[in-house]
Amino acid sequence: MRLRFNLVLGLTLALLVIVCALGAGWIAPYDPVLHADLMNSEMPPSWEHPMGTDGQGRDVFSRVLYGAQVSLTVGLVSQLINSFIGTALGVSAGYFGGWWDDLVNGLTNVMLAIPSLVFALAIMAVLGPGLPSLLIALGLTNWSWTCRIARSSTLSLKNQGFVQAAVSAGFGDFNIMRTQILPNILGPVLVMATLGIGSAVLAEAALSFLGVGIRPPQPSWGNMLTDARELLRAAPWAAIYPGLAIFITVLGFNLLGDGMRDLLDPHMRTRKV
Amino acid sequence: MTHKESEPVLSVRDLRIGIGKQNAILHGVSFDILPGETYGLVGESGSGKSITGLSVMGLLKRPLQVTGGSILFRGQELLTLNSRARRRLRGDRMAMVFQEPMTALNPLATVGRQIAEMFVIHRGLRWSQARTKAVEALENVRVPSPEERARSYPHQLSGGMRQRVMIAMALACRPDLLIADEPTTALDVTVQAGVLELIAELSQAEGTAVLLVSHDLGVIANMCRRVGVMDQGRLVEEQDTRALFERPLHPYTRGLLAARPRLGSRTLAQRGRLTELDEVVSSDERGRDQPTLVTPRVFSGATP
Amino acid sequence: MSGPLLEVRDLHVHFPISRSFPFAPKRTLKAVQGVSLTLNQGECLSIVGESGCGKSTTALTIMGLQEPTSGEILFKGKPLTGPNAPARKDRARIAQMVFQDPYASLNPRQTIGRMLSSQLALHGIASGSDANHRVAEMLTRVGLTPDHANRFPHEFSGGQRQRIGIARALMLDPKILVLDEPVSALDVSIQAQVINLLMDLQETLKLSYIMISHDLSVVEHVSDRVAVMYFGRVVEEGHWHSIFSRPTHPYTRRLIGSVPDPDAVLTGARPVPDAEHLPSDAIFFPDLSHPADPHVEDAPSHLVPIGPDHRVRLAK
Repeated sequence: MRLRFNLVLGLTLALLVIVCALGAGWIAPYDPVLHADLMNSEMPPSWEHPMGTDGQGRDVFSRVLYGAQVSLTVGLVSQLINSFIGTALGVSAGYFGGWWDDLVNGLTNVMLAIPSLVFALAIMAVLGPGLPSLLIALGLTNWSWTCRIARSSTLSLKNQGFVQAAVSAGFGDFNIMRTQILPNILGPVLVMATLGIGSAVLAEAALSFLGVGIRPPQPSWGNMLTDARELLRAAPWAAIYPGLAIFITVLGFNLLGDGMRDLLDPHMRTRKV
Repeated sequence: MTHKESEPVLSVRDLRIGIGKQNAILHGVSFDILPGETYGLVGESGSGKSITGLSVMGLLKRPLQVTGGSILFRGQELLTLNSRARRRLRGDRMAMVFQEPMTALNPLATVGRQIAEMFVIHRGLRWSQARTKAVEALENVRVPSPEERARSYPHQLSGGMRQRVMIAMALACRPDLLIADEPTTALDVTVQAGVLELIAELSQAEGTAVLLVSHDLGVIANMCRRVGVMDQGRLVEEQDTRALFERPLHPYTRGLLAARPRLGSRTLAQRGRLTELDEVVSSDERGRDQPTLVTPRVFSGATP
Repeated sequence: MSGPLLEVRDLHVHFPISRSFPFAPKRTLKAVQGVSLTLNQGECLSIVGESGCGKSTTALTIMGLQEPTSGEILFKGKPLTGPNAPARKDRARIAQMVFQDPYASLNPRQTIGRMLSSQLALHGIASGSDANHRVAEMLTRVGLTPDHANRFPHEFSGGQRQRIGIARALMLDPKILVLDEPVSALDVSIQAQVINLLMDLQETLKLSYIMISHDLSVVEHVSDRVAVMYFGRVVEEGHWHSIFSRPTHPYTRRLIGSVPDPDAVLTGARPVPDAEHLPSDAIFFPDLSHPADPHVEDAPSHLVPIGPDHRVRLAK
């Protein structure tokens, strides 16, 4: 029951965000950048502007839709990079142990010690603002928790009978990591990834706020919030709707990850004989 | 404590446990334990022996719940008691020893403190007094250098020592009933003997009734005068231990006794097959639906 | 046949203990301290002892899952350890293992059929329908049915899982099966079935077993020869009948005496059989009456023959 609920709601919300992002060009009533009607700035929500207009008279609804493109791209791609790095390092470190484990562990600790946002900021400073640098910066700075979880799960799996049996049967190390260990740590890694999507969306907002992320006038939920900050009293909708979009995205992906974990669990898949 | 010696300390009547109302797991179990008696519940995993013990303690976890029957403790119905009154009984008048002492002890408190806590909670002693009592309790369960051990944390003790600490905690307030759920299953055999002996001795000295839950017929045989055999949520047979081993009545009991290799039973000539349970008892005989209690003496309160 | 099938010679396995502070002296846990064993073709050799005695470490080392600190393991005279050790894949055809915990020993995300057939594919023995056929045959052999191949481990009971574990170990047709507490996690009634299966398989497939166990009644029932381990050493070994009818080392005697005997209610406590007669100046090693001091280097000791195929460790 709970499984269905999480999965369905998560999937619905995530799909909603994806549809908004993909279909922004068709759904959005106005151009997010060029349609700036200064005469109609700071207008409350109406039939013409379902989410109102911002300080420069741009349609908030259209900007939120286009912002979804940026947020989703940043969230998914950077988290994919993070998950890949974290899982590869974590599994290999846990499996092989020794100096490699020490090295990876040290690196993870260093990563955890540096605030990832500051690290991302430094990378952005080198690479310059823009979407590609944002993906790289966020993709290289948020893998440490995934790595830790992958490593500790691998450590506990390594001594279980089925991994030892695979070693005894002559399977190679890469094969064992791929067929025996990876499927069994996918659940926690997936959960980390969904949480990561949320934090990447937030990190994007923060970097855009600091002026090194997505450059205005191109809309992202982050720089929309920044812009709206000064009009919080006059036009709260300009901040509320991007904020709500972030909330829905994070919630949707978290629930989706939760539901997927349950679904991936074979205990749920087949009934007991 | 009890004015009449023959009055059972614990009297379980037609106890039913299920997941919700539909899925019954325990189908009406009844037995009595007299003061000072050690009663054995033996069965395999899933037979319901452990949840019987837990339900007496009031420690059943959701979704498991008691769906019927009664549990009388010194004449008092436990199932209608509120949770506060039950909590007051636990650890004071009835106590439990679990299979895995490491998970049953708090890893962040010294064992002395954990035992002392029992005296503080149930006897209202001050910590300083309770501490002395805790050391005494450790001495009672024959922990060497109890002063020093009282300051140890659970992980600093061996499995056998931890189980002795558990027993010291359980017996701290001299309960009327001790429930021991597989108390020695996690221990080595040479340690097991000592722990069992300790339970037997202390319960005898204090007149504590013991409900010993175990899968090991050997342990039960050495500890209990009466045994209940459980299978698939039913008490299928209850007898004096001696009689049970001499002439087991229920086919399941016969199967259980036959299936176990006995030390010293192999002859030099050949390596024989072991008797398998289903060669002795068919699944029909283990039966799910018919009432399978074959002993006559279950509902009588008195013992010969 | 000439010579033993498997020989363990003076095996030592030490583990470093992490230091409590950076400059503390390095310490090692000597899990196995000079164990020598021989396994003959078609025999069941049991290693008995209590937790921490080194029996499982010995088994893992034989399987190549643990590096020995020193000593050697020979299969038909050829080394299984050291620089001339065979590759992991070749070793797989020699010995396989059945694990204690039937729940942790099967990959929850792999069907039984896939688990079994992947071994055949890896070793180039069979693939496709031929592999499926072999899997079905093996499942039948261990008392399951061919359609079980499509199921996941959680769909099976403990006893069935252990049968699957046995099937997996037999898939590559190994010569030796290392059984690590094969029935101790199972219910009594299931134990008998699995023990019977193991004994049947040993005969039909001409297997040799090394069984690790703490359960003396099972050991007595199944073994041909028995080695009793205590704190990393074999303290007594020999033919099963010598060990159980003439237990001589005090530790063996204590072990046998501690097994709770269900018949005690009927016949009274079973006495431990008499020990083998030893000369009066013989001193057992280790001396159980004094707790061992880990800081003192042990006195030398030897396994001394005290009867036909019966040796006991004495101080020397």
